[in-house]
Amino acid sequence: MPHVLLIEDDASVRDGMELVLRRHGYDVDTAATGEEALDLLDGPGGGKVELAVLDLMLPGIDGFEVCRRIRARTTAMPVIMLTARGDDQDIVTGLEAGADDYVVKPVTAPVLEARIRAALRRAEPSPAGPAPGAGADLAGLVIDRAGLTVTKHGVPVALPPTELRLLLELSASPGRVFSRERLLESIWDHTFLGDSRLVDAAVARLRAKLEDIPGKPRYVQTVRGFGYRFGPL
Amino acid sequence: MSRGDGRGGGAKRGPGAARGDGATGADRAARGSGAARGDGRGTAPKRRRPRRLIGRLIGGLRVRLVVAFVVVALISAVTATALAYRDARTAVLQRTQQAAVHDLRDQVTAVAADFEIPPDQRSLSRFTAQVADGLVSDSRVVVARYQDLVAVSDSRTDPDARISPELRTAVHIGDEARFQRVMWRGEPYLVVGMPVRYADGDRETSGLEVYALTDLRAERDDIAALLDSAREGTVPVVVLAAALALLAAGTVLRPVRKLGRATRELAAGDLGSRVAATGHDELAELARTFNETADALQASDAELREQEAKARRFVADVSHELRTPLAAMTMVATVLEEDADQLPPDAAHAARTVGAETARLARLVDDLMEISRFDAKAVRLNAAETDLADTVRASLALRGWTDRVETRLAEGVRAVVDRRRIDVIVANLVGNALRHGAPPVTVTLATAPSADGSGTEWVTLAVADHGPGLPPGARERVFDRFYKADAARTRGAADDSGQGSGLGTAIALENARLHGGTIEVADLADGNDGNGKGGERAAHEPRGGAVFTLRLPLRRTGEDTE
Repeated sequence: MPHVLLIEDDASVRDGMELVLRRHGYDVDTAATGEEALDLLDGPGGGKVELAVLDLMLPGIDGFEVCRRIRARTTAMPVIMLTARGDDQDIVTGLEAGADDYVVKPVTAPVLEARIRAALRRAEPSPAGPAPGAGADLAGLVIDRAGLTVTKHGVPVALPPTELRLLLELSASPGRVFSRERLLESIWDHTFLGDSRLVDAAVARLRAKLEDIPGKPRYVQTVRGFGYRFGPL
Repeated sequence: MSRGDGRGGGAKRGPGAARGDGATGADRAARGSGAARGDGRGTAPKRRRPRRLIGRLIGGLRVRLVVAFVVVALISAVTATALAYRDARTAVLQRTQQAAVHDLRDQVTAVAADFEIPPDQRSLSRFTAQVADGLVSDSRVVVARYQDLVAVSDSRTDPDARISPELRTAVHIGDEARFQRVMWRGEPYLVVGMPVRYADGDRETSGLEVYALTDLRAERDDIAALLDSAREGTVPVVVLAAALALLAAGTVLRPVRKLGRATRELAAGDLGSRVAATGHDELAELARTFNETADALQASDAELREQEAKARRFVADVSHELRTPLAAMTMVATVLEEDADQLPPDAAHAARTVGAETARLARLVDDLMEISRFDAKAVRLNAAETDLADTVRASLALRGWTDRVETRLAEGVRAVVDRRRIDVIVANLVGNALRHGAPPVTVTLATAPSADGSGTEWVTLAVADHGPGLPPGARERVFDRFYKADAARTRGAADDSGQGSGLGTAIALENARLHGGTIEVADLADGNDGNGKGGERAAHEPRGGAVFTLRLPLRRTGEDTE
């Protein structure tokens, strides 16, 4: 029974979504503010929460900040940003704050549920197996495909599920160029058109954690007009 | 360009060519230059660009200022030199002449007192020798004539060669000293002649004439030296004038250039661009006017930006305020629709209506927000190289239209586009055709060279339906906001997708324009269904369906797209 935390200040939206999610078999915790949500996560029941649906416009600390604080506590929990502002800028800011997906309100129940399922699937450990380059030292970067850990020069790098899957996907075929659509399909499990911003934001976050100079990336490189590739190192 | 070298004009002068005008050989040489010498060059070949460049260079303010300064300096220097030269020359010659006349007169008066008239050759020779001895200048030659007798103080000299007949006549019939400057063997001489008069008695003239020939070379050299130094002085004057002109041009042009740079910056969007306005001259006035204009521009720009920001905030707030209740309604409507089967028929109908209308309202809000973003210029093209056939297929698949639409898609057409916006266009055009037209709906993707022959390639995406087509007059208005064609085209309104908001085509057109493209609408009867087969149907039906054709410039990666 997946456990979802719904952070939404509007009571009607909160109740409606809770009703729908409960009917579809989810355990739902709700919080009307960011502070309340963070307290709940820190509390005894916080460990059960597997996914957060986070509204952007919240009284007190806003959704961006809540997302950052959740990310500071745990990298493993997927966060879906729910925004009533469809502006590109809001979406990009939300994604850069560390959200794994975003949904613009109003959203129909099947779509929301599909996005939640996809995010939860991404958070599951990948089917382990001897992948090429497992544990190999890639110019100071060690990716343990079985243990799903990444270390750089011996220092562990904490990566949320989306970023980890992105790194695993790209580094599985170093030098190969992946289009945004291809990455969207394989990592986010959907091809919602135009959501290439998800890919770009995830790449940006990954670079911020991996690269020595994020402006001059060494591991995840942009191939203008095509997409991204890992290396050449 | 072809100045005389002086050789031609001097040829006529010879020994004894006495000239009373005192003109130097050089003056004449200048006049007698080879003016008739043609330059013999053909017309220069016409080259427009270099000529324009040269024209700009010559026409430049700096060059014009320098040229004007130098010309003024030259005219001043030449005029001053010419006036000074003329006065100096006159003064030198007059002093020499007067000295020569006085000297001769004094000497002749002194010697003639003891002279017997008529003289013989010997006494005349003695007389000339005495006169010559007494003269101040040693370089003078004295010639005395008495009727046919001629005596010369210097026997090497031929007296007639330098004493012109005119002077002799003047002296002969006159009663006072006469003088004339002559050129002899290329050298200037002063010839002073005077009749000797009796000191007493009735006859005034004794018939004895005395001439003194004075060498004027020293004076000529002095005058020439004066001219040389004046000429040499002109060069530094011109150089100084040019330097001063450059300095002046700098002081004038620097503010002008600064003003030009500031104007360019302003035009490029740097509204903070200002120039320093110091002083009270016209340039400072211009600079102040520029600054005031820039201030006004900046103020109105700031005002516009603030209004724009306010408008954007308003749109964002409206978006938020509208979407929040819609989000709640959408969720609750889902529950209602899910449970509709278990409700009494009336309640079930109400539940389904609420669900459909909520979806419609949500779509309308979405469309309104999108069009507001276009109006507020808040849209950004998120372009990347994309396979267009794939994009079209994905758009159709995403909406479950794959089975309802016939596609003829050219493969391998890759262009730099915003995939999401192309999806919006495809969704709107195909949705429109499905809703308002009749099957079969065809989507045709092709590339075509531009009609104007500019070499650019275009992508065309034609969406054709076989419904009633557009009513007359609708073609012009079909992209207007909230425009809905007549009832015949809205017969599909009751389908599951509901009626459109009336903003779909407007949004599609805005998205096409954002890509530098356009959307055109035609009837199939026009023989255009995107694959050239429309003409046949047109023969049987008055209106053979509508064709919406999206045209985009085919930009590929590497071309300037951003």
